[in-house]
This record gives sequence, structure tokens and C-alpha cells, in this order.
Amino acid sequence: MPKNTTPRKHSAVEIIKTLGARIEVSRQGKGRPVLVLHSEDAYETGSTLIDTLAKKREVIQFNMPGYGKSSLPKNLRTIDDISYLYLDILDQLELKKVTILGFSVGAWLAAEMASKSCERIQKLVLTGALGVKFGGPYVRDIEDIYYHPREKVRELKFHDTNKDPDFDMTGYNTRQSLIVARRREVIAKFCWDPYFHNPALKTRLARISVPTLVVWGSNDGLTRPKYGRAYAKHIDGARFTEIPRAGHYPHVEQPGAFQRKIEKFIA
Amino acid sequence: MEFYHFTEFPWPHLPPDDTFTSMRVNLPSKVYDPVVGADLYNSYIDQYVLADELGINCMINEHHQTATCLSPSGPLQMAILARETKNARLCILGNPIANIADPIRCAEEMAMIDNISHGRLECGFVRGVPYELFSSNRNPTETAERLWESIDLIRKAWTSHDGPFNYEGKWIHKRQVNLWPRPYQQPHPPIWTTGGSSHAHACRTIENGFTFAMFLTPADRLAEMFNGVRDHCKTKGLPAPADDQFAYMPLVAVGETEEEARKMIEGVFWYVTHNKAELQFRAPPGYVETSLYAKVVTGQFTGGRTDAIRTQGIDFFKKNHVAIYGTPDSVVKQIKSLYRKVGGFGHLIAMLHAGDMSYELTAKSMTLFAKEVVPKIKHLGSISTGFGPLAERPKVKPKKKVKKKAKARA
Repeated sequence: MPKNTTPRKHSAVEIIKTLGARIEVSRQGKGRPVLVLHSEDAYETGSTLIDTLAKKREVIQFNMPGYGKSSLPKNLRTIDDISYLYLDILDQLELKKVTILGFSVGAWLAAEMASKSCERIQKLVLTGALGVKFGGPYVRDIEDIYYHPREKVRELKFHDTNKDPDFDMTGYNTRQSLIVARRREVIAKFCWDPYFHNPALKTRLARISVPTLVVWGSNDGLTRPKYGRAYAKHIDGARFTEIPRAGHYPHVEQPGAFQRKIEKFIA
Repeated sequence: MEFYHFTEFPWPHLPPDDTFTSMRVNLPSKVYDPVVGADLYNSYIDQYVLADELGINCMINEHHQTATCLSPSGPLQMAILARETKNARLCILGNPIANIADPIRCAEEMAMIDNISHGRLECGFVRGVPYELFSSNRNPTETAERLWESIDLIRKAWTSHDGPFNYEGKWIHKRQVNLWPRPYQQPHPPIWTTGGSSHAHACRTIENGFTFAMFLTPADRLAEMFNGVRDHCKTKGLPAPADDQFAYMPLVAVGETEEEARKMIEGVFWYVTHNKAELQFRAPPGYVETSLYAKVVTGQFTGGRTDAIRTQGIDFFKKNHVAIYGTPDSVVKQIKSLYRKVGGFGHLIAMLHAGDMSYELTAKSMTLFAKEVVPKIKHLGSISTGFGPLAERPKVKPKKKVKKKAKARA
């Protein structure tokens, strides 16, 4: 079932105005702050991963513009633009020493933020991060999800396609279907061209000055582990780790292994 | 009413149908043989030269990465026809300005063609079908906006004659726009757009004083759209748009006998039966309405009307006036019937060729259409009394209703 990106009731949800946009922010749990930036498929929102993290920490989630109750102002055109909104929200909330967990496009956003300012950031965990072009012009760094049929895209994203939370959407009602469709339109708006990357980010990664863990599924067909290693190489001191029997969303396919991988790093 | 001949410049020599999944986007070009193709190009141009000789007009288009259409540049065909024809109106439907890099270059090319042809250009601007986004790499969420921004800029460029002006809009930036040459037709060539399901786009087209065209649409949907626009104008207190602001393209074949026409339309029907494309090429996110796209992403939409009509066959097309064919008298009746059902239109674009139809067979159908059909229906349709935005035009006189047995005017 598609989780509405509106977070659970027991967490505090507020709309924060920033630079012409309204961003839905939820906070749950107590302790050191962990900011979770969801992937394009938003599998993280409302997941057990969030609940587990919230047992020891305060988990903060931003809904991307166009997701949940976050607005999608016309002047926003790039992931780079969104990163300024998020940095501004960190300022407004006066958060300090935040660990950011970003997934896929959310990891791209985390990298964009940290490349601009690490003032409020303590650590980064980038899982299946997108956003950079490493290969030459004829190299397809990131497989084309718009070109392939949906079954093929699923195979690219998942080691075990049965673990795709959106495996069978034929029973979705109108509201659920619209949520999924709207998300994909939002991602196309920001990521169609340049395809899932910001040409300026590769050079800017050198500005990231906090400990960074780059996590990759060994069988990620969307962006191969080679891409993840290149990502880590461009961030000073970053560590790279793989999770076997997992694709682009290792936290979905191997939640236990994922938790163990990150627990020590973010402790 | 104005009449146009249309062929999409097809490549008909395809491998077995079960060996490829799509005519569009990913069909390898090894399927194309340049030796055969060179003759095809010239044969297709000959069709348009014949159309001119027969006294009908020409409509041309472009597509990319597809065997359905060997023309990747409408302006190139237009440039050839500007010289090769003498009287025909030359309609391009259209320039995919949302997808191309430089709308001003398009404005320049169109102005040049308008000059060479001594003012015979009918200039269409289109958003482009969804498959085109894979060749152009244009973001599907932007193209509707880009289309209209480009149209507005081109119109401004065509009508500004006092040196450079500045333009820094949302999608296009040009600091020194100074168009050479200016168009032959003043203030500028007639503008057209095409549409599918967007009522708002159709209304915007008509309100601007442009011509709105629809292709291969069942009569009930066509009526709904055309009359929806007319109602919109009425509600806004605008003058009623004349029929020549509405255009329609069906598949057409005219034979000496019903049997011959049937054989011809089966040739044209190739376009329908061979126009297959993978679903994701037909609905990239942001191109279609969110409500339809929602059905695509969740697997609730598996082919829709396009696939359904492909399997329904020629008779279904005829019933809905998407295919108009028969003897001249029968075709006249069908067009008049369609005209009544949709509340009138002023341009009939006849797709008289597709697939591997020979030049001779196509020429016969075209000749019967031009000589036996056109004279009996060319009086149909009211004509605009002004140019420019609808709000600035004088009111069109109410037209006479077409009776079932209306006599052709001399």
C-alpha cells in the first residue's frame, strides 16, 4: 500500500514556511537529532526503520516539495533549489549536530546540503545516493527508469522483486494511485534532465567536511556499486559499505543488515 | 472548407511484428534501407506535387526515431514544397517548439518558407507526442508551458520590425531578438495548434485566433471538444469562432467502387495497425493528466482507447468518421454527416496515404477526392472575418444549417 507521506499521528507534524515554499516536517522520539530524507518512492516514510531509530533519537522527516502536504512552488526547478529550503529549515529549527540519513534522491539532497554547509550537520549516511555524473558522456551512470517497462525498472531497483512495497498496485484506490502518480511527476520535474544529477555537485562534494558513510546494495541495478564507490571517493574520508542480497533500497530488502551497518556509525 | 493531403512518410518494410515491441523510440535503424528509402522520399514528395496540381493543399509533419515517419524535420519538407508547388497552402503540423532548442530559429525558418512560397504558409506549433520526449530529452512536465511561451515569443518576433528586443522568460532567454526575414504574410502567417484531451489548450488556441486541429478522433469526442470550445467562447462573451478555426484529420480513401475504396483504406489503415509503442513511451510522467497517469503507474491502464480502436477494425473507424472512404458520393455524405455532428469545421486534412500504398493507387484516391468530392463540399464552413485574438474580431454571421440534401454551390 502506498503510505501517504503524512507521518504518523503520534509524531508532531508542522508546516514550515521557507523561501516561498511550505514544507511538511515531522518529529518523533527524543535524543540526538536524525534527519531522514526519503527516497523518490518514499518507502522510508512510516517504515519500521523510523520507529526503530526513534527509540533512541529524535527522528525528523522532511517531505519533499510536492509530497504529502509540502507545496510545490513553480520557482523550484532543481534538487539544488530544494537543498536551500532544507538548510533554511535546519536554521529555523536551530538544530545542531544533525545526522542525516538520505535515501536515493534523498541522499542526493543530503549531499547537496552538506556541500553547501556542514554547520549544523554531524554525520551523513548516503544510501543509494544519486545526483552525480561520474562516467564519460557515453556512460549510462544511472539506468533510465523512464525508458524501461515497469517490470524491468523493478528488476533494476530490487534484488528480490517480491520485496517491492509497490509490487502490485492494481488494487489501489483513486487517492492512493494519485499519490504515487504525483510523486513520479514531481521526480520527473526535478530529475528528467540533467538525468538524476547536478553537473556542479561532483566538484562540490569536496566541501563535505563531516564523517560520511556511503551504503550500497550489492545488486543495485539502477546505480551499480561502482558508482557508490566513486561517490565515497569524492567525499573526504568517506567510507563505503555494501549490503549483499539487496538492490537500490537495501534498507527495504535487508532491514536488519542495514540497521547493523549504520548503527555503529551513527552511534 | 480547405482540403489538405497528408502522408506521414512511412517506412513500410518492417520485420515480423513479433520481433519488435515498438515502432517508436527503440526500433533500430538497421531496419531502414537507404537505397529503398531514397526513392520513397521522392515518391512522397511527388504526392504533394500532385496535390498542388489537383488544387488541394499540403499538410506535413515530423517525428523522430520512428518507422512511422521518415521526416525528422518538417521545415525541410516545407522548404522543398515551397519551390515544388505553386498554389497549395503549405501547412506544417507542426513545429515541435517545446522540444527544439531554439524557437527563434524556427521563426526564421518559417518566415523564409513563407517568403519563398509567396505567403502560402499555415504555421502549426505542437507540443509533440509523448514518444518525442525520448529523442528530444525535453522534460515532459515542462512542454505545455514551453509550447505557449515559444508561440508568444515567435509571434512577437514575427511582428517586431524596429530592431532588437530583449526576452528573458521562464524557459527561453534571448537578449537581442531581431528576426530576418520578416514573414511574407502580414502581420504573420496563420498559426495552428493540435490537441488531444485538453479543453484548456483548445480554448487558448481559439481565443488567440489560431486554428485548432484534431487527428483521428471519434466524431463524438470531436463534437465534445469543438462544441466545448464554442460554449467557452459564448460564456466569456467572445465572438463565435468561425469554422475555419477548426480542423480535423481522418483517414481517407476514394475509389471508383466501394471495393476499390475498401482496398485503398486498408492501405491507409497500416498507420493504425502498425503504430504500436511500449506503454512507458506513451505516458512519461507529467505528459498526460495526473488522473490518467495514475492509472498507468498502478497498472490499471493497459492500452486504452488507442489500443482498443486498433483492434476494432476499419468498420468501427468508419462508423466514428475516423476513416472516411467509399465512392465519391459516399465520401461526400460521410463528410457532411461529420460536419453536422461536430457543429462545423473549416479544414479537412485527408490522410490519403500510409504504409506501402503505391504512388499510383494513392494518386487515384487523391484525384477522385480532389475532383469528385472537394467541389461538392468546399462551400461548407464559415470563414473568419478578421485576424488576431478572437476578442478583437467582428462577429461572424450565423451560418446556414447544412441540410442533408444540400446542393453544392456553383
